[in-house]
Amino acid sequence: MARVWIFGPDINTDQIVPGRYAPYMLKNEDDLRKYSFVEHRPDFAGGVRPGDLIVAGNNFGCGSSREYAPLALRMVGVGAIIAPLFARIFFRNALNLGIPCFTADLTSDLRDGQEVELDLEQGRIHTDDGRTLQLPPPPAFLREVWAAGGIVPFYRQYGRFPGEAVS
Amino acid sequence: MAQTLSEQILSRAAGRPVTAGEVVTVDVDLVMMHDSLSPSIIRVLHEELGAERVWDPSRVAVVIDHVAPAASVQTAEKQAEVRRWARAQGIVNLFDVGRGISHPVLVEEGLARPGMVIVGSDSHSTAYGCVTAFGTGMGTTDIALAAATGRTWFRVPETVLVRAVGRFRPGVSAKDLALKAARILRADGATYAAVEWHGVEFLSVMERMTLATLSIEVGAKAGLVPPAGLLQAVPEWLHVAPDARYSRVLTIDLAQLEPQVSAPHTVDNVTDLGDLGRVAIDVVYLGTCTNGHYEDMAAAARILRGRRLAPGVRMLVVPASAQALQLAAEDGTLATLLAAGATIGTPGCGACIGRHMGVLAPGEVCLFTGNRNFRGRMGSPEANIYLASPEVAAATALTGYITHPQEVVEVRHVEA
Repeated sequence: MARVWIFGPDINTDQIVPGRYAPYMLKNEDDLRKYSFVEHRPDFAGGVRPGDLIVAGNNFGCGSSREYAPLALRMVGVGAIIAPLFARIFFRNALNLGIPCFTADLTSDLRDGQEVELDLEQGRIHTDDGRTLQLPPPPAFLREVWAAGGIVPFYRQYGRFPGEAVS
Repeated sequence: MAQTLSEQILSRAAGRPVTAGEVVTVDVDLVMMHDSLSPSIIRVLHEELGAERVWDPSRVAVVIDHVAPAASVQTAEKQAEVRRWARAQGIVNLFDVGRGISHPVLVEEGLARPGMVIVGSDSHSTAYGCVTAFGTGMGTTDIALAAATGRTWFRVPETVLVRAVGRFRPGVSAKDLALKAARILRADGATYAAVEWHGVEFLSVMERMTLATLSIEVGAKAGLVPPAGLLQAVPEWLHVAPDARYSRVLTIDLAQLEPQVSAPHTVDNVTDLGDLGRVAIDVVYLGTCTNGHYEDMAAAARILRGRRLAPGVRMLVVPASAQALQLAAEDGTLATLLAAGATIGTPGCGACIGRHMGVLAPGEVCLFTGNRNFRGRMGSPEANIYLASPEVAAATALTGYITHPQEVVEVRHVEA
């Protein structure tokens, strides 16, 4: 089972990882894992388990281009992020790192701390109270990047960018 | 078919006509990386992508601006690594400590030009729209891939048109227009879209950069000002098409515009200064790629001339570039700022990312000419950041509370 972590709207990358905790500023870059939501939600980094879901409000990941924000979330094993709208740089960064992002508003369907199961293949969430929530399928050009595990393995495998016609 | 500026630029870069909504692969003209993300970009480039060299060293620019000069042994060490790498790659466009913030520097150096596609490892890379380039921010992996291949992919954005009419009243400037647009559009109002700023051909290139950098604060992929009035050579295919399609049109009457203030802790939390009430401040910080330009220092100096900061107020001025600092030194702007009691930092990003050179203590209040007032952005998460124009910054430095520039101008008039 995965735990649901609920966040509000307009979560910016300074809330995910403040610039003061960038790998650039750290003696040991692996310490980044300790700093996801370090000030915004101090119980997160210690409590999150691999596969847990972030369920957030509108405009998740707005602000800077820092890829270490989604990287910190990947380091602690976040299984997927679900929000009605993602800021575009964050969305690309998460896609590139292979973190599934679904565009849906589930903040009132799920509660913080709820135990659920995510079926990535079917794009469904099964809740501990017996409900099934269907997630909207991402467009084909994004699915092909996920399937490869991120943009680097995708590019190395196909030698092209997502959505580009195969010549 | 009539195209927006983004469609024109991405069509040229894709080698075929493209329309909003399409996913396209394009050639990039310039890749910018800064000290904060370069170490990770270099690692992805070599270790993950397996590339030995960047695709074209003349079209990669490396700027040491985020922690400049270095604030710790580890940042110094990483900067040394970035310098060694740039040399080994034959990258001549390395702009080191003190040259300034990547965005104004690349414009001043003539590397960012009209019609280009420019990707940078910094979200404020929308800045290059000030010279009608399609500039956009990306993260480590996207920048590494662009540096390795000279290409990237985009979904061609729809365009939100912000049309300014009339002229600013005294004490009101480009920052107020941008904050007013953020107030209307909100933080997500142009997500996945581009913004075009029309009716501002009377603004200088760096004043246009104020608008272009703040475009990311409404979520935009790019923020373009049409080329009218630019001194740079403009490609003949790049122009505003009267019947281009916009997803939303906003009209803002500059003659009615009041100074705008963005209150903690989101950029779109904007009010007219007059509706703010009395907000006492500890620090005035004038700087950043949004409002640390020569024009901004000069606007502040006009208000501060012959006067002193209010007791207990600190004023930090961090020029956006060495060229801006040089201009300010040559025409007396710098002397005016120093005489008023301001202090000057090394051109660069300064405390904008909360890493050095003026970070805030718990409980402190800062009037900031920058672009983000997120909680914890400039240091303590218990500090409060208000965003406003350089004119408001200078007036506020004189009184110690957030002040309309006309208020201090009138006081001086009475005294005279």
